[in-house]
Amino acid sequence: MIGAGSLPAVAEHSRLIWGLALALAVALWLWGQTFLPFAFDYPKSAQIPAARWIGGAITWLVKEAAIGPIAFADLTRAFSALIDGPYQSALGLLADGVQRQEAGQTLQLVPPLSWLAVIAIMALFAHWAGGAGLAALVAGCFVFVAIFGHWHATMVTLASIVVAVPLGVVGGLGLGILAWRHPWFDRALRPVLDLMQTMPVFAYLVPILILFGFGPTAAVIATLIYATPPMTRITTLALSRVPSETHDLATMVGCTPRQRLWRVLVPSAREPLLVGVNQVIMLSLNMVIIASMIGAGGLGFEVLNALRRLDFGTGLEAGLAIVALAIALDRLSQAIAHRSAGAAPKRGVARHTYLLAALAFALGTGLIGLILPAVQTYPEAAELSTSPFWAALVEWINITFFDTLEAVKNAILTWILMPAKRFLLGLPWLGVVALLGFAGWRLGGLRLGLLCSGLSFLIAATGQWEKAMITVYLCGISTLIAMAIGLPIAIWVAERDRWWTVTRLVIDTLQTLPSFVYLMPIVMLFRVGDFTAMIAVVAYAVVASVRYTVLGLQGVDPRLIEAGRAMGCTPWQILTRMRLKLALPEIILGLNQTIMFALSMLVITALVGTRDLGQDVYIALTKANPGNGLVAGLAIAFIAIIADRLLSAAARSAREKLGLEGAT
Amino acid sequence: MRRGQIKPGSLMSDDSATLVCRNLWKVFGARATEAFSTAGGDAARLAALGLVPAVRAVDLSVRRGEIFVIMGLSGSGKSTLVRLMSRLIEPTAGQVLFNGQDLLTATEAEMTQIRRHKMGMVFQHFALLPHLTVLENVAFPLDVQGVARADREARAREMIALVGLAGREGAYPRQLSGGQQQRVGIARSLAVEPELWFLDEPFSALDPLIRRELQDEFIRLQSRLQKTIIFITHDFDETIRLADRIAIMKDGQIEQIGTPQDLVLHPATDYVRAFTGAVAKAKVARLASLVTPGPVPEGLALLPARATVAEAGQAFLDGQVQVGVEENGRPIGTVAREDVIRLLLGGEA
Ligand SMILES: Nc1ncnc2c1ncn2[C@@H]1O[C@H](COP(=O)(O)OP(=O)(O)OP(=O)(O)O)[C@@H](O)[C@H]1O
Ligand SMILES: [Mg+2]
Repeated sequence: MIGAGSLPAVAEHSRLIWGLALALAVALWLWGQTFLPFAFDYPKSAQIPAARWIGGAITWLVKEAAIGPIAFADLTRAFSALIDGPYQSALGLLADGVQRQEAGQTLQLVPPLSWLAVIAIMALFAHWAGGAGLAALVAGCFVFVAIFGHWHATMVTLASIVVAVPLGVVGGLGLGILAWRHPWFDRALRPVLDLMQTMPVFAYLVPILILFGFGPTAAVIATLIYATPPMTRITTLALSRVPSETHDLATMVGCTPRQRLWRVLVPSAREPLLVGVNQVIMLSLNMVIIASMIGAGGLGFEVLNALRRLDFGTGLEAGLAIVALAIALDRLSQAIAHRSAGAAPKRGVARHTYLLAALAFALGTGLIGLILPAVQTYPEAAELSTSPFWAALVEWINITFFDTLEAVKNAILTWILMPAKRFLLGLPWLGVVALLGFAGWRLGGLRLGLLCSGLSFLIAATGQWEKAMITVYLCGISTLIAMAIGLPIAIWVAERDRWWTVTRLVIDTLQTLPSFVYLMPIVMLFRVGDFTAMIAVVAYAVVASVRYTVLGLQGVDPRLIEAGRAMGCTPWQILTRMRLKLALPEIILGLNQTIMFALSMLVITALVGTRDLGQDVYIALTKANPGNGLVAGLAIAFIAIIADRLLSAAARSAREKLGLEGAT
Repeated sequence: MRRGQIKPGSLMSDDSATLVCRNLWKVFGARATEAFSTAGGDAARLAALGLVPAVRAVDLSVRRGEIFVIMGLSGSGKSTLVRLMSRLIEPTAGQVLFNGQDLLTATEAEMTQIRRHKMGMVFQHFALLPHLTVLENVAFPLDVQGVARADREARAREMIALVGLAGREGAYPRQLSGGQQQRVGIARSLAVEPELWFLDEPFSALDPLIRRELQDEFIRLQSRLQKTIIFITHDFDETIRLADRIAIMKDGQIEQIGTPQDLVLHPATDYVRAFTGAVAKAKVARLASLVTPGPVPEGLALLPARATVAEAGQAFLDGQVQVGVEENGRPIGTVAREDVIRLLLGGEA
């Protein structure tokens, strides 16, 4: 541990060691080419054929694996059925009704819920949970979707959410309770959750595709893998935070173990648990677009399709429809959380009144809809589209500013992107592995050092070094630019409440917008390539750098600032010597988050033709090659884990040096 | 080692003792039991091993129907002691006898039955369940036992009325003030008609006025219910108002056990003296301690022997030189004005 670096002698010593390590690395880089060629190109003969192994293992799973008489394939089929049944019912209710195929024609036997009925039911639900204001908001969101002509797609998406969320909540709760009860299970689960959360979703799409086939079921499973970990973590945390008096109460009134868990502990932890439910909903919505790549259909498919056709308007509208759905479900779930916390005043209207009203609406509009089609489905004639407007706008910008845009793009490419790429690709892998191990050791001890060098070695050993370096280069530069933009903004707004309110609104909105929506206008302006990817990543990641820096700056003790002023510091000195310094741990955390955002966006930018690991994952998806996809995905996860652990360790040691951290 | 004033006989689990602790120890830390068996009660050696002896060699017996107050500064081991008495935690050594039964040899199922039917506990931070209404919270211990809804709710309503919250049955805990929440906690702990009632700093989280109000409420309840009560506090004024007997704890040990008057008039250690020094003796000394036995002259005012000297002060205001004292309705002697004045001025009784 280093921690005690405030003593001058120790600081001197530590600087010396760092200098030495860096000098060694530079020496290897400059002169190693002739003496140690294998340090630059990982020898092919020593490569670990991980992709082939994994591909083989999955083929074996699908074709041969069996536990006694039950084949693995039967298990997956049973699991699919478990999801498919509820999904088909939800889909029928919301989107398709009951249909029958007859002589190549689809007969509509029973229509789905009419659009008016869905809006009314949602509004009634919102009214029950949070009053008239919420009802208006929720109804507004759904009307918006109908007006822009995405009703059917939205209902398809809603159907998969309606199935995925309860499964994710129950699964997460169950795993969380197990982890809370049995420390060994917790220890085993933690790294799995870490991996699930850092691995890009694309990486496990392919295995899922192979195991469960193309279709909504596979999409729901992918969504579950993505959305369940936070629920699990929150459950474990919430249960361990229940005050000890509450445990004592359970013992003193003589609860059985089951009564203790379900009647005392889980209800006491209800508020954080409902935050977890909310997380599951939001993450499921995040997955909508990616899930549509393996057959989810709905809004995600519309965005994806628009992206392929470069139809920015339609893509934006479908993206906004996802946002509208997210806002409605988010507010609704939060209102329910508040309500069950006993905060809502008692209203005179009984629950069955709401149920009756909902039922009446469903039947009434259904029957009227048989005569008046506009009641059943939103009339096409009344739909709006902004697509032509956006297309015209982009075209106008392209024509008017073409030269300027090209000049900017070329300048950045030649002066920043290309040199950085060349530099990183020229580094010897051995030196990088060693340096990462060294950094890990200095910042967090031997275990961290071994972890960092081990993971980076695996990247080299599976033959992905070059692609990984391109990933690092794109991600690194985007992160630097995001920080360079984010820091000044954060410093500016941190002290100005009005500006911060506005900024927060903007970054909250940006974060709910599906990342794909960012891509489209940028692709239309700059066409595909590294530069486009970089802009998209920066646009997506800058949010994190602003948010955390503001958090850190606002957390600085105002008494210290006053003391500084009293000592006659200039505003600049107060900023650089005190505020930024004290906010350093949060800023480092923000950097960490920015990198995570950048990495997750990077995979998506593969769609616009970068040459990094993301591209590998994506190609594997289109070719249904599970081995390659998983290996490339794992490599991205490794990069994320290395960055995360190193920066967390750095933040911790910064906090220790500032004396902000005690025994924890 | 023991410095208390307890006569040897009173430690026996005689008929009047509801709860008896014998040489009770609790040492916190890894592998505490082994360390205790080698190091024994040597606090320094235990501390050197990184262990915390939170309760040390406690002997006490709580009599049926009395309010037994355990008091001491923060960290002196009070909570640990009650948690041992209710076996919420396992002692490192010693015995706990409840109505003559050794709790430490009881099975888990037996303990559950004892806790369900014989013990009630009130918590410092109320420990109300946030998702239940007042009525459901109070009925919760009965619900856990499987009592039918109508019966448990009837009982809960009765308890809610008893603590003066009738009309608030449908409220949720967060809609109540701190004082009201603790009334719910009290009602809940009484719902099962416990024989032994634990209260761990029940009023510490409340502000002084509300605390006073709940103390009065508590005295009123006890005069009706006559429970055996173990009451924890770190507030000496509270102790004096409520206690029949007091145990003063320091660093896990009991310094002295006795009536309030005993502690103030005859502190066994310097620690107890320092603790009780600030208390005006007149507030705790009872007339009985100043009485000169003998016949009471006609026409003298008669005061109960249980009255404190401070309460008796009034009677001397109109120039009397002595007052009569009665116990159980029989005159037993007189108290002279000089003795009262000497005590009020701080001299020995
Ligand atoms: N679970 C535990 N593990 C380790 N040490 C503990 C534990 N519980 C209590 N202690 C220690 O035992 C000692 C007595 O604690 P206890 O809670 O009984 O004190 P207390 O008199 O109730 O104090 P307070 O008035 O603050 O409630 C303290 O030094 C405490 O740190
Ligand atoms: Mg305590």
